[in-house]
Amino acid sequence: MSKQTIELKNLCFSYPDKTEALRGISFRIGYGESVAIVGGNGAGKSTLLQHLNGYLMPSNGSVLVGDQPITRETIAAVRRSVGVVFQDPDDQLFMPTVFDDVAFGPLNARLPPEEVERRVTAALERVGMLHLRERPPYKLSAGEKRAVAIAAVLATEPDILVMDEPSSNLDPRGRRRLMNLLSGFEQTRIIATHDLEMVVEICQRVIVMDHGTVVAEGRPADVFMDEAKMLRHGLECPHILRHRHPH
Amino acid sequence: MDELGRLDTPLHRLDARTKIITTVAFIVAVMSFPRYEVSALMPLFVFPFVLMASGNIPAGSILRKVAFAAPFALFVGLFNPWFDQHAALTIGSHTISGGWLSFASIMVRFALTVSAALILVACTGIHHLCAGLEQLGVPRLFAVQLLFLYRYLFVIGEEGLRMIRSVQMRSTGSGPLRLRTYGSLTGHLLLRSMDRAQRIYCSMASRGFDGQVRVLRRTALGWRDVIFAGGWIAFFIIVRNWNLADGLGRWLTGCGL
Repeated sequence: MSKQTIELKNLCFSYPDKTEALRGISFRIGYGESVAIVGGNGAGKSTLLQHLNGYLMPSNGSVLVGDQPITRETIAAVRRSVGVVFQDPDDQLFMPTVFDDVAFGPLNARLPPEEVERRVTAALERVGMLHLRERPPYKLSAGEKRAVAIAAVLATEPDILVMDEPSSNLDPRGRRRLMNLLSGFEQTRIIATHDLEMVVEICQRVIVMDHGTVVAEGRPADVFMDEAKMLRHGLECPHILRHRHPH
Repeated sequence: MDELGRLDTPLHRLDARTKIITTVAFIVAVMSFPRYEVSALMPLFVFPFVLMASGNIPAGSILRKVAFAAPFALFVGLFNPWFDQHAALTIGSHTISGGWLSFASIMVRFALTVSAALILVACTGIHHLCAGLEQLGVPRLFAVQLLFLYRYLFVIGEEGLRMIRSVQMRSTGSGPLRLRTYGSLTGHLLLRSMDRAQRIYCSMASRGFDGQVRVLRRTALGWRDVIFAGGWIAFFIIVRNWNLADGLGRWLTGCGL
């Protein structure tokens, strides 16, 4: 079975201070799907994402990548197939040059130098940042940092891409470039975001979370049009849909 | 410093290990002189100056940084002139006490060693430096720590600046920050950096980090490295064993022995 699917079965998680962050989440994301996870602040999105590559382990329930549950034994394999792009690129870009940063994952996988070189070049080319390869990451603009952070994950050739707020802090042009980039990917994509307009444009499915549970799921246009429900969960109907369906 | 580290000069192209070993040899040579020695140290200034010239490193930027660190050395040697007042040198009718000589010697040594260390970073770049240290057998933990310290110094510094700015915005321009505010500020900065450390580790772990930072090595030792290190170390030995400044003075003034 392909590793490009991910399935959550009754996922529950409490932090050590007994805060219940996730209360029984179940869904399945199939091969090549592009799925958004939306919800107000504190809905549990980030906690959920941290379960997808085994950084947090469920208090109850399970996460399956392909058909393998994430356990201490499978964690290395899971991390090879699930790539996570973090919200703050500064947390992810810690090497002295863009090249070293993008090479970090492939080198950890102990690939031969030529293969590392090939993957770094390919990943940077994919995000249009090859010209920055010798630059120190902290000197880049926010948009460039984000693109390099994505390249750094692409270089590990993951089957599933998980992103936390990829469009935050970007100017309109940077955001547009990011959206074009994301819609061009063939990997399974899971995107946690508040950018509902982006969701409408690049995601086939949306999962709405509130208080650690899934409160709605479906095509973005259908889910977001239920304005009363959206408002109840701290969200709203994005303008792009109002424009399409004036009422 | 980073910009300088990426220049492409013959000096930059040398292997990091060569430059580390030469600089360490230089520092050892400087430190091995007797404590009242000043004149014999002078020829050693050739090393930083030649390196700056050949590495296209602006002397101004190095001097500014040396000056920035100077108060530390100043305090180390500050009390020597008081405690050590025996006459050590007579020039004409002036006598100079041992304390002043050792004070001058401390300052000269400080200028030599700190500038050499700064030049080492400027002509190598911090990442090659860390890789070189690791290749030379420095425990990986230290090399990685150094790398991270350097990388996140800016991020944490910026965070601290933002916090101070926000305090200033709300303190209506009255008086300096109170100690209490400073305490809370630094405490928060610590907590934030710990949170950040957690997030960085998380991002490293998700890219397969297993405790070893790997960098593609793009350097190799060559004959240039041997000549560079050998030449300089030979020079240090000569300077250490013969007082060249003194010799030059005698030769110029014809004083003989």
